[in-house]
Amino acid sequence: MNVLVCISNVPDTTTKVKFTDNNTRLDTAGIQWVINPWDELSLTRALELKDDASTGVKQVSVAHVGPVSSEPTIRKALAIGADNAFRVNVEPADAYQVAAALAEVVKAGQFDIILCGIESSDYNGSNVGSMLAEFLDLPSVSAISNLKVEGGQAVITREIDGGKEVVVVPSPFVGIVQKGIAKEPRIAAMRGIMMARSKPITVLEAPAAEALSSFVAYEPPQPRAACKFIDPENAAQLIEMLQNEAKVI
Amino acid sequence: MSVIIYAENWDGKFKKLTFELASYGAKVAEMLGTSLVAVSIGKVEESELKKLGKYGVQKVVTTDHELLRHLDSKAYTSLIARVAQKEGAKVIVMASNNAGKSIAPRLSVKLKAALGSGVNKLPLTTEPFVVSKKVFSGNAFAHLLLNTEVKIITLMQNSFDLAENAVEPVIENFSVELDGAEVKTVVKDVQKHEGKILLTDAEIVISGGRGMKSADNWQPILELAELLNAATACSRPVSDEGWRPHEEHTGQTGKIIAPNLYFAIGISGATQHLAGVSSSKYIVAINSDKSAPIFEAAQYGIVGDAMKVLPKLVEAVKEIKTK
Ligand SMILES: Cc1cc2nc3c(=O)[nH]c(=O)nc-3n(C[C@H](O)[C@H](O)[C@H](O)COP(=O)(O)OP(=O)(O)OC[C@H]3O[C@@H](n4cnc5c(N)ncnc54)[C@H](O)[C@@H]3O)c2cc1C
Repeated sequence: MNVLVCISNVPDTTTKVKFTDNNTRLDTAGIQWVINPWDELSLTRALELKDDASTGVKQVSVAHVGPVSSEPTIRKALAIGADNAFRVNVEPADAYQVAAALAEVVKAGQFDIILCGIESSDYNGSNVGSMLAEFLDLPSVSAISNLKVEGGQAVITREIDGGKEVVVVPSPFVGIVQKGIAKEPRIAAMRGIMMARSKPITVLEAPAAEALSSFVAYEPPQPRAACKFIDPENAAQLIEMLQNEAKVI
Repeated sequence: MSVIIYAENWDGKFKKLTFELASYGAKVAEMLGTSLVAVSIGKVEESELKKLGKYGVQKVVTTDHELLRHLDSKAYTSLIARVAQKEGAKVIVMASNNAGKSIAPRLSVKLKAALGSGVNKLPLTTEPFVVSKKVFSGNAFAHLLLNTEVKIITLMQNSFDLAENAVEPVIENFSVELDGAEVKTVVKDVQKHEGKILLTDAEIVISGGRGMKSADNWQPILELAELLNAATACSRPVSDEGWRPHEEHTGQTGKIIAPNLYFAIGISGATQHLAGVSSSKYIVAINSDKSAPIFEAAQYGIVGDAMKVLPKLVEAVKEIKTK
């Protein structure tokens, strides 16, 4: 069994985001790029499955859509433990283009399980995984909080609105993972970093797929009203204010 | 021409979220000068379907099939695509929840329709069609141009007020022929969170952080939640420690919620936590450290020991509830 993990790179989650060009473009100056947190977790889970011989997972590959400048992100995934990588050489403008590009990677290889994160922490789209599945006409399962492989079959726990379901789908399929899939992201050890240098990155050209949407402007969130402090000895006053002033209870 | 909403049901019933979508769809239809159609999949009684009319739905296209009792993103997508084509949909609206997030992107590819996901208000303009959505986990809003003939929107829960606009809807049955080969997702087991108020549905949420010190200290939070008809939540370290279940974890890597009132108790207010709760209408912070960043996000704050403050709040709520 082969697993493909799709990874995007995003600004470090503590970045103070700023915009330039009259608030039409993200100011990338000084941004630290990291692997999207969910993609890091899905990579971790894929590697855990590979470590367990009973799953039959033999290879874990990663795929990234982006220009050559994003290769450090790919090397990081290789250092964490992926066996090889694919990069589709395009600066994508929307999720549709990303998914179209990832579909080329899937077609170029032999993958049984294709994993994507539930969203990227920059544009918060939650789009790529399901779009990819539709491009490939494959089944997709979203909001996966647990993934096992038993007897050559993926056994999935997914969150539904109001509970959980255990489901199976035939391979290949696209799994869109969320919290719970792995506990802590794996980090690269020195040996992994050394080995990553010689692992192959296959570069593919982007398919002809135009973007369907584009960001035209950004605005900072509305500043909130200053906090009103209530004396801890008089906590009942808070309840009174929530009831009569904010009118929320 | 029409605007279409996907009216999801839970065990045959709609909920506030469904009516928010209908209210939103009705407004978008009005902006475009067209009518509003709802698609319902699964077993829903006619009397329930008719409730959509109260919020401006003029026509309900309903379909039920044994194989569609559980979400199969591919099969649901092709079904909604067929209805959209039949009804000449210009805009398709779904909830930004698990179901919406797994259907809308597939539909976007199938119909080659631009998708705006996690939209938080009405389109800013319809010519060109521009929507607003949260980006960078709540640190900014973006204006997104949807540049295709047909557009798809997923709407954030609790971001649009219900608006009544009663009409008598036409109910139309849409029959589908399906065989097992088209529905790939086989459900082996279902666990429902019975009787609990869902975190994403709740108007009031009481959330505890590492400052609560241990799982044993949760009793007053549970009591407060019970009294206020609220859901309970927690910060990430709390669910990592196993003090509370994973479903309660809010924040960038957990649930994103937008209740009317969010209590952050013993939570420092890290950006990753705020990413999940910053759309709350009111945030109340209770923290022993007066310089905790949570107070910058909160409108009401108490600087104090949660263990001492919580019992007082419980008493005060009991007091108003008995009045
Ligand atoms: C990639 C990434 C993603 C993350 N995603 C999330 C996420 O989704 N959600 C999330 O929550 N975190 C997330 N985090 C973690 C986040 O950075 C913080 O570490 C976390 O939110 C802190 O949780 P906390 O506020 O409960 O704990 P702490 O930061 O330890 O804060 C505890 C607070 O309790 C107060 N306190 C202590 N004792 C008392 C008392 N007796 N009474 C009242 N107050 C008291 C303290 O003053 C302190 O402010 C993420 C981190 C990373 C790197």
